[in-house]
Order: sequence, then structure tokens, then C-alpha cells
Amino acid sequence: MKAMTLQKWILSISLFFLSLAFGLFISSQTLASSMEERYMKKRQHMIQLIEQDVHQTSQYLDTEALDTKVLKAIATVPRHKFVTPDTIEQAYHNNPLPIGYGQTISQPYIVAIMTDLLKLTANDTVLEIGTGSGYQAAVLSELVHRVYSIEIIAPLGEQAELRFRELGYTNITTKIGDGYYGWQEQAPFDAIIVTAAASHIPHALIEQLKPGGKMIIPVGGNFTTQQLLLITKQPDGQLQTQQILPVRFVPLTGEH
Amino acid sequence: MQLKPPLLSLSLISATALAYEILLMRLFSIIQWHHFAYMIISLALLGYGISGTLVSLLQDTLKRYFHIAYPLFLFLFSVSSVSCFFTAQNIPFNPEAILWDTQQVWYLLSLFLLLSLPFLLVASAICLVFLCYPEQIAKIYAADLLGAGGGSIGIIILLFYFFPVTTLLVISLGGLIATLIALLEITPKDKTKSVSFFIVLTGLIFVLTVQNQPLKISPYKDEAKVLNISGTRIIEQQSSPLGLLSIVESVLVPFRHAPGLSLYNSQEPPEQLGLFSDASNMTAITRFPDKLEKLSYLDQVTSALPYHLKNIHHLLIIGAGGGSDILQAMFHKTEQIDAVELNPKIIELLTNQFAQYSGNIYSHDNVHIYSGDIRAFLSRSKMKKKDKLNSHYDLIQISLMDSFNASASGLYALNESYLYTTEALQLYLQHLNQNGYLAISRWVKTPPRDAIKMLATAVQALENLAIKDIADHIVLIRGWQTSTLLVKKSPFNSLEIKQLKHFSQTRGFDVAWYPGIKAGEANQVNRFREAYFYQAASAILSDSKNPSSNLPKKQFLHNYKYYVYPASDDKPFFHHFFKWSTFSELLSLRNQGGLVLVEMGYVVLLVTLALAIFSSIILVMLPLLVFHFRAKTKVEFSLPVKKRLKLFLYFFFIGLAFLLIEIAMMQKFILFLHHPIYAIPVVLSAFMIFAGLGSAGTTGLFSRLSQRQLLLIAILSIAFIGICYSMFLSSLFAVIAAYPIYLKILISLTLIAPLALFMGMPFPIALSRLGPGKRTYIPWAWGINGCASVISAVLASLLAIHFGFTLVILTAVVLYIFCLLIFISDEESKVV
Repeated sequence: MKAMTLQKWILSISLFFLSLAFGLFISSQTLASSMEERYMKKRQHMIQLIEQDVHQTSQYLDTEALDTKVLKAIATVPRHKFVTPDTIEQAYHNNPLPIGYGQTISQPYIVAIMTDLLKLTANDTVLEIGTGSGYQAAVLSELVHRVYSIEIIAPLGEQAELRFRELGYTNITTKIGDGYYGWQEQAPFDAIIVTAAASHIPHALIEQLKPGGKMIIPVGGNFTTQQLLLITKQPDGQLQTQQILPVRFVPLTGEH
Repeated sequence: MQLKPPLLSLSLISATALAYEILLMRLFSIIQWHHFAYMIISLALLGYGISGTLVSLLQDTLKRYFHIAYPLFLFLFSVSSVSCFFTAQNIPFNPEAILWDTQQVWYLLSLFLLLSLPFLLVASAICLVFLCYPEQIAKIYAADLLGAGGGSIGIIILLFYFFPVTTLLVISLGGLIATLIALLEITPKDKTKSVSFFIVLTGLIFVLTVQNQPLKISPYKDEAKVLNISGTRIIEQQSSPLGLLSIVESVLVPFRHAPGLSLYNSQEPPEQLGLFSDASNMTAITRFPDKLEKLSYLDQVTSALPYHLKNIHHLLIIGAGGGSDILQAMFHKTEQIDAVELNPKIIELLTNQFAQYSGNIYSHDNVHIYSGDIRAFLSRSKMKKKDKLNSHYDLIQISLMDSFNASASGLYALNESYLYTTEALQLYLQHLNQNGYLAISRWVKTPPRDAIKMLATAVQALENLAIKDIADHIVLIRGWQTSTLLVKKSPFNSLEIKQLKHFSQTRGFDVAWYPGIKAGEANQVNRFREAYFYQAASAILSDSKNPSSNLPKKQFLHNYKYYVYPASDDKPFFHHFFKWSTFSELLSLRNQGGLVLVEMGYVVLLVTLALAIFSSIILVMLPLLVFHFRAKTKVEFSLPVKKRLKLFLYFFFIGLAFLLIEIAMMQKFILFLHHPIYAIPVVLSAFMIFAGLGSAGTTGLFSRLSQRQLLLIAILSIAFIGICYSMFLSSLFAVIAAYPIYLKILISLTLIAPLALFMGMPFPIALSRLGPGKRTYIPWAWGINGCASVISAVLASLLAIHFGFTLVILTAVVLYIFCLLIFISDEESKVV
């Protein structure tokens, strides 16, 4: 009798824990999927904001709207996975955010514009100097064949690589080191994006850009982008640059 | 209560508090940015205003326990001066994020509250002495000012010999010594004394334990970011009142600092060391290469242009810094190089520890380095060669001395700069030979600002020198990052223009202006949406034959969305570009990144003013509210509204006026004494010490006169001297500019003495009149004066930006006259 009761007890306790574990598993799955859904909604909202801003700025960016592929890429990349845990709730705000080591993840609007200005196609190979959180590389990877990214701050580079592996970005290759000489083994590139602060543009990067290729460099403070520099390498090797202001603002009023 | 007020401890604590104020500014400029340091410290000084409120409310208790409260306040100041700073530096305040992160507002508020605590304690102690010894107000005020005067000299000396953190310890110890003196001065001789000594000893141990912490520099400052890269470390640090210099070595990833480089440059800069000033504003010290050809990259920047137009034999470099301009000149085989550097510590580094590394460039046979201000240097050389006016330079080169980020976000708006004013440019031009160039390089910003303002300033300088056909005397080129403006006393000839075109073409630079330029030539390589630089230049230079009636120029300057009118010695704010109309437009574009284009320095100034006014209203009104209720039971709290208003206006205006004159005069004397290291301690201490003597004089020397007569004499003298100085000081300074520095300091003291002497009188005269029955209002008046001082300091900058320093002095004179009228009307109605 006693043994029976004990067995019963054990059985019922095991059953209890089993069902508890099952319940927890199911609810965590539901929670995760509902969280994912929530983030997706936030992402959609962010896309709307970007579209609105671009529309207002269009005449200054020489484009009516962003390439739908760029917007789709931004709508796909889970930005909340690229920010630090304490800023996760602000991941889909149209703001830059700190990622540690004095570095930041750019405002989504600026990421969208920079990506769009490169006029990428599916077969392109892109070099990024300054991986940071890896968000920009992830957006690029949705659009092109391969992305190569170099980060100078070791812990940031390692974190980004881990993120790419976890999220399955297999077409991104990273390395930690000095971006001054570009990535000679993988050159030439169809596009280069330089997000790391530099006092000048290294010659190696210009060399590694294909004729007809484009290079973009955001210029500004730690969190904010004052202007974008777009360099186009003409088929004859000549360089032409454009200073782009990501704001609908003209300094001259045209009255003179 | 003792009969004698504790004047010695009061003097010492005033000295300590003033030194602490200047030191905090230094510390926050290192860990944060200069303009936010300015904002935080200005607001923290509201501690003086808070003290008025606090003592007003608790005056009965504080008076009763004066012998405990007074030394306790000094002791707590001493302890909190250290602990508040170290707590404050751990608050992760990030000014850039304030635009979108509301948490930053709370951080800012906590910074303000924390840092105002030490000032609150000191000010309460001083206020308490006024309250307890109302018969000796003039003496107390004199001791307060004399102490502060001593403190302003002391802190500059301390900052020369100690690092800022060590200086903090010295200040805190100063506070503890003041506490000890206070105990000796006021505590009756009994056994409590040993207890007090024990307390002070505890304080000493506490301070010594707390102070041993490193500075926590914001992770977003350049130096902190660089130190995240493996293989970097600080190898040398030098501190002076001008800033903290750090030399950083990077063994794995070279610095390669060379802003403005052409995209076609293929020469990598040689090995470098990073030279940071206050953890930002990076420049480089370049290892002197074995072959000069390795410096060829310095020929691929816009500032190399003049070397291609003609042979440069004699060059003057303004702002030698790490020496890249000297290297550039050496590469171009310049025969004689004169270089001026303001910061003596930079020269020290390059002639001592890093002399070998940098190839001893400062000690080369053909290089002459001068430590000091450029305008002093030119005035001095003018005296040496009076007949020839020393007009012999082939080139005067002004380097890029500010970093792009600080410059682009408008953070320098508050900084006066006598380097880029019309008068300065005239002086430079006078020291060129007839075919010499003045070359000024600036950052290219989108939309352009600096280069255009520089152009407008140069045009004004040429006009003032009565040069005709100005458009023929100017060329302007730009790369994607920097622009270089060349100004000449004679017209540019066709050969020079040919060379200019070749130089720009081979390096991928754009020409924005040269005599005879066609619209189609501009904005070709590095394109803006429109040819902004060319449009600006052609508008400003459109009718250079008749510049005074140049309508397109007037229209352009008026319509341009940034403030690009020339800077002058009276309004020396070259970095001020803010326009209200633009601000509202950019505000509406905030979601598209519009706020990035707002000149933040000016906004910080406005926000500081708004916060100071808002807090002051609360601080002034709060005691009144309590007085209102207490007046029902205690007769000494009652005072008719009209009388309260007069009392408020008098002390408010006195507070405003004193600081307005002091700040404006400081600016005038910085220009005269040239070097802020001399000017600030000389002017500040002279004002404080002579005002202190003036205050003492109200009961001593002038005691035979009635208070009304005395005030009449004081204010009319201030008005007379103030007006005279605002009219004639600049001309006087121009005449005696070439005198040796010791004579200039002596002249400055002689000029400040009479003005300050009279300025020290109105406050104690009126405070002493709050005689029996109205003494309860002493702390209130003290608090009003404290609030007014904070508002005044910010207001002085704002007024000067818009109307010039002369108007600041005149405003102060008007305020003083108002005070006189209030006093007289008050006396007639027997109010105060």
C-alpha cells in the first residue's frame, strides 16, 4: 500500500513536472513567435517612417522613393538582434543607438539611404570598413552576392561574427584588423562602404573599387550623420564625388 | 556670538570655491565637451541662489547655531567638492543623445544637483556670516572678494604644476584648512575643539581615500575611442590651464592622420603619434622620415596651393601644433619658417621628449618657433621693424586647428576667437610683402559655412585696407573635406591662375573662385547639389569695385541660412553660424535628421539661459511665499510688495551689471594681453581684489560720506569709466599693443583698478541698509545676487554674439543707473 502510494506520488510529481515543462515550452514558443510578430510589426512601422522621410527628402536625394529591394532588406533584418540588451526596446525607433566601445548603430533612415545610393545588384560583392554591430552588413547581405567586412575593435568584430553565424548570414565574411589596405584577396568590389572614421580615404580602397563602382562614406558625429560622401569611379578611372545632405534643406534661397 | 566675523576662513573658502569653479570647468572639458561643461558649471553656480533660499527659510535655526553651522558648511564643502565630482563623472550623460533619449534629461538634472551642492554649502556659509554680522557687511564682502581674487590666481598656478585630479585634492584640503581656521576663529575655547579636530581629520582621510580615482572620459570622445583599438596606449600626458595633452602611441594600426588629402594621393603618411587635447581634437606628431619624398602626401592637400603659385622664401605658420605645416614647408624647401604656437606645452613636448621622433623640427636652423599668441607676435615684430612694418612674409598660413566634428556640430559657437576677425586679417595682410599670400584652410561642411564666412571676413579686411577690385585679390579652392582661401594685396596674375588650375586639376580639387572664373568651371569634381561655394563667392564679390553699395552681397548675407557676416574684434564669434529662421526650419525637419544641421553651441547657450531663469524664479519666489505666512506672526518678515520689488530689482540689477562688465572687460583685455593665461588671472583677480578694496572702503576711507552720496559717486564713476572704456579702450590698446607684457599687465591693473573699486561698493552699501527689522531679507538679497550672476554670465555671451562687447558694457552701465534711481527713490520714500 505504502509502495503504491509512493509510486503514485512519484508518478504524479513526474507528470506534473512533465506537463509544466511542456506548458512552459509551448508558452515560450508562443511567446517567442508573438515577440517575433511584435518585432515584425515594429519593423513594418519603421519602414513606413523611412518611406515618409525619403519621400519628403526625395528631390535632394535625386530619387522619388527608395529601391523596394532595399526596403525589403531592412524589413527582413531583425535589428533588435544587433543592439545591446538595454536598448532592445528602442531597436526600431528611427534613432541611432550606442553599441559599446564608443561606437553606434546608425539611424535606420541613414542606413536605408546609404544602401540605396550604392545601387546594388544581386551579383555584387561589397566591402565594408567598420563592421560595428553588423547591422549594415546584414542589410547588404540581403541584396548582394557577398559581403566582406573589416572591424578594427576586436570585441565588436567577434560579437558581429557570432551574430552572423547565429542568424545564418552565410554570405558575410568578416575579419578583425586594419581596414586601410582594404581586402586585396577579394578585390575588386562593386561597392565599398566606409563607416569607420578616417582622416582621409585610403588609396587602396579606391584601387579596389571596380570601374563604375561606388563608395559611400557617412561624415559626422558619433551618433549623427551630417553628410554623405558618394564617390563614383568612372569607367576611365577618374573619380567623381558628390556631397549629399540627407535633409531637405537648401542653404541658398535663390533670390540672388 | 563673537564680535569679529571669521574673515580669514571666509576669505580662504571664497578662494577655494572660485578655484573649484574653474577646476570643474577644466575637469568637465576633459571628460565631456567644453560647451556642456560650460552649461553644467553655469547651472551648478545656481548653488549661490539656492543658498539664499535655504538660509532665508532656516535663518532662525542657523543663526542660533552659527558656531556649528558655519564650520560644518565649510567642512561639508571640502568633502563634497571631491565626492560630488567623482559621483558626477560616473553619470553616463551623453549630450548627443539628448535629442531622442529622455533619460538624458534626468542625467543632466542629477549632474546639476550634485555639482551645485558644494557651491550651495560655500554660499550658505558666506550668507550666514552676512546674516550674523550685519554691521560689518562691507568688511565681509571685501574678504569674500579678496579671497576670490586670490583663488583666481592660485588656480592658474596650480593647474600649471598639477594634474586636474591632484588640483581637486589641493582644493579640498584648502577647504579643510578653512574649516580649521573657522573653528579657531569662532568656537569658544572648550573641549569641543578636540572633537572638531577629530572631525577634520576624518575629512582628510575621506578625501584622500576618495580622490584616488582616474578620470572617466566619455566613451564617445576621440581619445577614448582610439584607446579601444589594440596596441594603443597613452605614453605621455602634460597638463596646463590651456588643456590636458595626451600623446597616444598605436603600434598595430598606424594613425595616418592627414585630413584634406586628395583622392588621387598614393603616399601613405609616415609613422605618427596621436596628440589629443582634452581627449579630443586629435592632431599628429609625425616621425621625421629618412627621405623628404615620404612627405609628398602633404603636397596633396588644398593648403599646399600657395607653394605652387610662387617660390615661398619666408613663411609664417599660425598654430604650429604637431608640426605638419612645418613638414609641408620643409617638403617645399622653404628657406625660413617662423611658427607660432599658443600652447607652450606642445612646444615643450616637441623640443624635449619627442624632439628626436619629430626630427627636431622646432629646433631646425631655418625654423623659429614663438610661444604665444599670433597677434602679440606680429605686434612685437611690428615694433622691432617700425620703418618697414615687418611686411616681408611670402606666405602666412593658418592651419586647421579645430577638429571637424566639433566644428561641424557648431560646438565652438560660444568660443571667442581673435584669430579670424576682420582686424586680425588686416594685421596678417599688413605683414605680407606685396605679392605674399594669406592662406586660410577650413573644413568643408554641407551646407558650407566656414569658408563663406572666411571669404566675407577677408573681403571686409581688404575693403578696410582700401584695396580696389577685391575680386582680383582672392582665390578659393576646395576638396571634399577642406577648402583653402588665398588672399593677396596685389591682384593674382595670369601665371598664378594657370598654376592654380593645374594644381586643382591634378589633385581632383574644385576651383570655387579666381579672377575671371566662369560659372561652368565650378562644382565639377566634388559636386554639391548646386555650386554653393561659387554662388557665394560671386555674390560676395559681384561688385567689388564699389563694395559699400554691393547689393548682391548684402542680399546674400541676409538670405543665407547660416550667419556668415564677418567676425570683428567686438563680435569675435567666427564659429557662430546660428540663425533663428533656419532653426525653426530645421526643427520641422527633425525626423529627417534636420537637427544635425543646427548649430548646437548656440542652442546650449539658450537652454542654459532658460534653465537659469526658470530656476531663479522658483528660488526667488519660494522665500517670499514663506515670508508671507510668517509675517503674520513675526513682524520682521513683513515688507510691502512695492518695497520687496525694489529690493529685488536693486540686487538683481547689481548682480547682472557686475558680471556683464567683468566678462566684457575680460574679453577686451584678452585681446590686449593676447594670452588667456595672462589675461584671465590678471583681469579676474584685479576685478575681485579692487572690488574687495572698494567694498572695504565704504566703511573706511569713504565713511564720512552718506551712503547716498557714496552710491551716487560710485555709480556715476562706473558709468563714466565704463563709457570711456567702451569708446577709447580699443584705440588705446592699438597704440600700446607692442609694449612688453609686464608693462601691459601693469597698464591693465591700472585701468581695471578704478572701475572695480567703484563696482565693489553698490552691493555692500545696500545690504548694510537692510538695518534692524529687515535683516531677515539679507539672505534673500544674497540669493537674488547669486541667481543674477548666473544669468548674467550667459546673457553676456548672448548679447556679445548679437550686438558686440561694447553693448554689453553699455547695458551694464544702464543697469547700474537703474540701481541708483531705485536707491534714491527708495530713500525718499524711506523704504529699505
